[in-house]
Amino acid sequence: MSYLKSTFRHPESPKNKLGYTEAVYEGALSTLCAGCGHDSVSNSIIKACFELSLEPHKIAKMSGIGCSSKTPAYFLRSSHGFNSVHGRMPSVTTGANMANRDLTFIGISGDGDTASIGMGQFMHLVRRNLNMVYICMNNGVYGLTKGQDSATADIGSASKKGVPNMFEPMDLCELAISLGSGYVARSFSGDKSQLVPLIEGAIKHNGFALIDCISPCVTFNNNNASTKSYEWVRDHKEATGTFDLVPEEQEIVVQQPNQILETISLHDGSVLNLHRQPHSLDIQSRESVLSSLEEARQNEQMLTGLLYLNTDSRNTHELINSSEKPMNSFTKDELCPGSTILESINESLR
Amino acid sequence: MRLEAINEFVIRFANVNGTGSASANNMFSKAVFRMGVPVSPKNIFPSNIQGLPTWFEVRVTESGYLGSRGDVDFVVAINGQTLRKDYDTLVPGGYFLYDSTKALPRGFERDDVIDIGIPLTQMCIDNYSNPRQRQLFKNIIYVGALAYLFNMEFEVLTNMVKEQFAKKEKLIPPNVGALELGYNYAKEHYPDTCGLSVSRRDNVGDAIMIDGNSATGLGAVYGGATVCGWYPITPSTSVVEGFEKYAKKYRIDEHGKNKFALLQSEDELSAIGMAIGANWMGARAFTATSGPGLSLMGEFLGLAYFAEIPVVLVDVQRSGPSTGMPTRTQQSDVLSAAYASHGDTKQVVLIPCDPADCFEMMAKAFDVADRLQTPVIVLSDLDLGMNDHMSRPFVWDDNREYDRGKVLNAEQLENMKERWGRYKDVDGDGIGYRTYPGTHPTKGAYFTRGSSHDDYAAYTEDSSVYEANMERLVLKWETAKDVAPHPQIKYRDKDSKIAAIFYGTSAQASYEALDGLEAEGIKINTCRIKSFPFHNDIGSFIQEHDQIFVIEQNRDGQMRSLLISEFNFGTNRMQSILNIDGMPIRARRIKRKIERMLNGEKVSPFTTAHSSVEGA
Ligand SMILES: Cc1ncc(C[n+]2csc(CCOP(=O)(O)OP(=O)(O)O)c2C)c(N)n1
Ligand code: SF4
Ligand SMILES: [Mg+2]
Repeated sequence: MSYLKSTFRHPESPKNKLGYTEAVYEGALSTLCAGCGHDSVSNSIIKACFELSLEPHKIAKMSGIGCSSKTPAYFLRSSHGFNSVHGRMPSVTTGANMANRDLTFIGISGDGDTASIGMGQFMHLVRRNLNMVYICMNNGVYGLTKGQDSATADIGSASKKGVPNMFEPMDLCELAISLGSGYVARSFSGDKSQLVPLIEGAIKHNGFALIDCISPCVTFNNNNASTKSYEWVRDHKEATGTFDLVPEEQEIVVQQPNQILETISLHDGSVLNLHRQPHSLDIQSRESVLSSLEEARQNEQMLTGLLYLNTDSRNTHELINSSEKPMNSFTKDELCPGSTILESINESLR
Repeated sequence: MRLEAINEFVIRFANVNGTGSASANNMFSKAVFRMGVPVSPKNIFPSNIQGLPTWFEVRVTESGYLGSRGDVDFVVAINGQTLRKDYDTLVPGGYFLYDSTKALPRGFERDDVIDIGIPLTQMCIDNYSNPRQRQLFKNIIYVGALAYLFNMEFEVLTNMVKEQFAKKEKLIPPNVGALELGYNYAKEHYPDTCGLSVSRRDNVGDAIMIDGNSATGLGAVYGGATVCGWYPITPSTSVVEGFEKYAKKYRIDEHGKNKFALLQSEDELSAIGMAIGANWMGARAFTATSGPGLSLMGEFLGLAYFAEIPVVLVDVQRSGPSTGMPTRTQQSDVLSAAYASHGDTKQVVLIPCDPADCFEMMAKAFDVADRLQTPVIVLSDLDLGMNDHMSRPFVWDDNREYDRGKVLNAEQLENMKERWGRYKDVDGDGIGYRTYPGTHPTKGAYFTRGSSHDDYAAYTEDSSVYEANMERLVLKWETAKDVAPHPQIKYRDKDSKIAAIFYGTSAQASYEALDGLEAEGIKINTCRIKSFPFHNDIGSFIQEHDQIFVIEQNRDGQMRSLLISEFNFGTNRMQSILNIDGMPIRARRIKRKIERMLNGEKVSPFTTAHSSVEGA
């Protein structure tokens, strides 16, 4: 158990637009190891949903199998959750989303769950541009099965077991960008100030949004030789810039103009204000982002922040021309052609 | 000696696939049907797109036996590669129609076969210049010749051509012309040659002709399916194509958008995952596959069983194991469907035997799945799925409501006094109440998982809680026995101690064989299994009889094993009759096999030529 939550709530806890305190967005007590990065990511999810004033019951929490995939139990207790099978969260989420496009889908996976057993499903999920937030809690290791290397472990990086990884790592962000995802970010569980707005932006984005979140495993992969340890990540991460999200219904606060490089509107009217260094990467150009990621890797740097954004992608429903009304809301009369039509079908078969 | 029969014979067309023969052969079979004579066509095709042998067998059956009879009375031999084999399959007194452009090679000198040579290739060269036309019209010409030889109503054929090309009228005259070419040639050269004929009857009533898979797809539309993820595999692909065809016609909303979501997935794991996710969210969803896909779906089926999520899966069986004979039929997924997935799992299985059943059972499968909150596997096969069958028409009662099972809406949640538990059995039927995501702001949310859980869906490793949950699932299984379709039991003689059990596409040929035996004074009672779990009536039926033939189309007697394992009795009384040659099981062979078994002969259970001297 990572920590014991205090049940004391200050009566004056801030409330969001719905009148809910942040506590409403919490979940059951975590059973992960104390200090596990995944718990911090859960907290950022809680914060983001609170700040965006989302109705908890209009969110569906989806996951695969792993320590990371357990976390949906630890946030948003009033949301339905689905802990599916190892590596297959994408397909279950696709079906759920096809059945009700009105909900917000937050999918949680691990690097084993995504980059090994679930790689096929992950890539096809990106291709279909399902409208969802996909957070990979990436610790470079299989936590739940006790410390095997995962496919995101860097060459030469060694977990507690001490044997350096020999195989080429997968970069989920590069993959997602090349497969057409319109919102790709990398962050760090320990950087809440960066992660929370990234989650908010991902929720607001129409289509598939990936957050590859480095989330150290304190028990199996937080040693000196690991490139997914707290220390390594702190020393090597390089933010590409910061941004804040102004939800559609909020007034846009005037910023210092020279700090804002770009203002990008999202489909629902929300606005992303990007603050970046001059010459930093152009997040709306695939080529530039892919080469920056490559360059950073060669320099042993880890680029974080919003890496790629394309706001006019069409989500799966838009691509397959499905009804605006959720599929799960249709009644028999709306679905069943009835006996008269059946009789004409019979007649055509005689 | 020549065969003489009116409306009772089997004709086999031997073609090369990819040459357009299928539509001509279908035209012949449909014409028989339109003349009011029951007909049963079967396509025997290779796993290949072009250039390999394919056969099309049509049974003309005034008596209405739609199963496979066995033996061939008339061959239309268009495929040089298989000429010899096709010649040899003919029964004494049979007819051999071949392309006489080239003389038959040596060795085709049976004196018990009547040769009908028609120079099809030469006629095409003489009449058509375009090579594709030459190939296509060759098929139409032999249909015209058959019309003469069988004394069929020529207008039935010409009307069909007119219907088929109603939108491409230019094609009507050349097609009719080709029919006439064949008709006239046969008339001129083979008058009074053929002792087989088709004569108008009124024996098809209001029957329809359709393949099982299209019927299943239509059943999904009527049953209210909206989401389908699928991965192509013969022989199940046309289930989804059928669904799509009818959905595109009848499921478009007022803005021109689809009231269905169809996604071709990356594999079968994904296909079933999508179906499970959508059902969890409260839409009706399904997928369709065949054996290899069923194997891949195993893990997910266990999740749906244990987390109690409704889902409908159509398994159109083909010959296994592995890739097996992918375009040949079999009933060999019985055990892997019934016990799909690891751990203690049992899956509900529905088994249709004709297109009307496919339609009805598919629509019903969604009710059963929702009611029981568990996967339902509709177990069809290639013979049923991909061949046209004459069938009762489809019926739908407009007053019929969908049974969505135990689902709480916002109001019910709001007014609930006691604490709700997703897996709490409050009615004693083993089934809890579920909720769809997004229903109520503060009530009814729960965490769905494939790991052990208590009544409130919370994770548990408490053995007694786990055990209680597993036992509740047994109780639910009992409930399932009444929810799933009941067996069809028929007594020919209440006192008879001899019986037969069969299911799906083994039913028709079995009924026919047993009718034949009854005519000889042997009365055998029958039980057609329509679903798993087995209804208690099946147990009683087994107890009532001393010798029971379990007739099925797999090597290991899978249904027999399943009956023994579920009832724990009957081992010595149940005797397998099996067919595994990839062709539909034949009535004549079942009959012969039963006769020998009743005679006390030690014979192999297989009805096929390879394993015994059971005939061609
Ligand atoms: C089909 C299947 N294979 C293997 C496992 C065992 N297993 C459970 S979690 C896991 C790896 C999880 O790694 P990751 O996704 O990185 O999650 P983490 O625990 O590191 O957060 C494995 C291999 C399983 N549950 N299912
Ligand atoms: S094993 Fe690693 S990933 Fe799993 S809970 Fe512990 S720290 Fe977190
Ligand atoms: Mg991991």
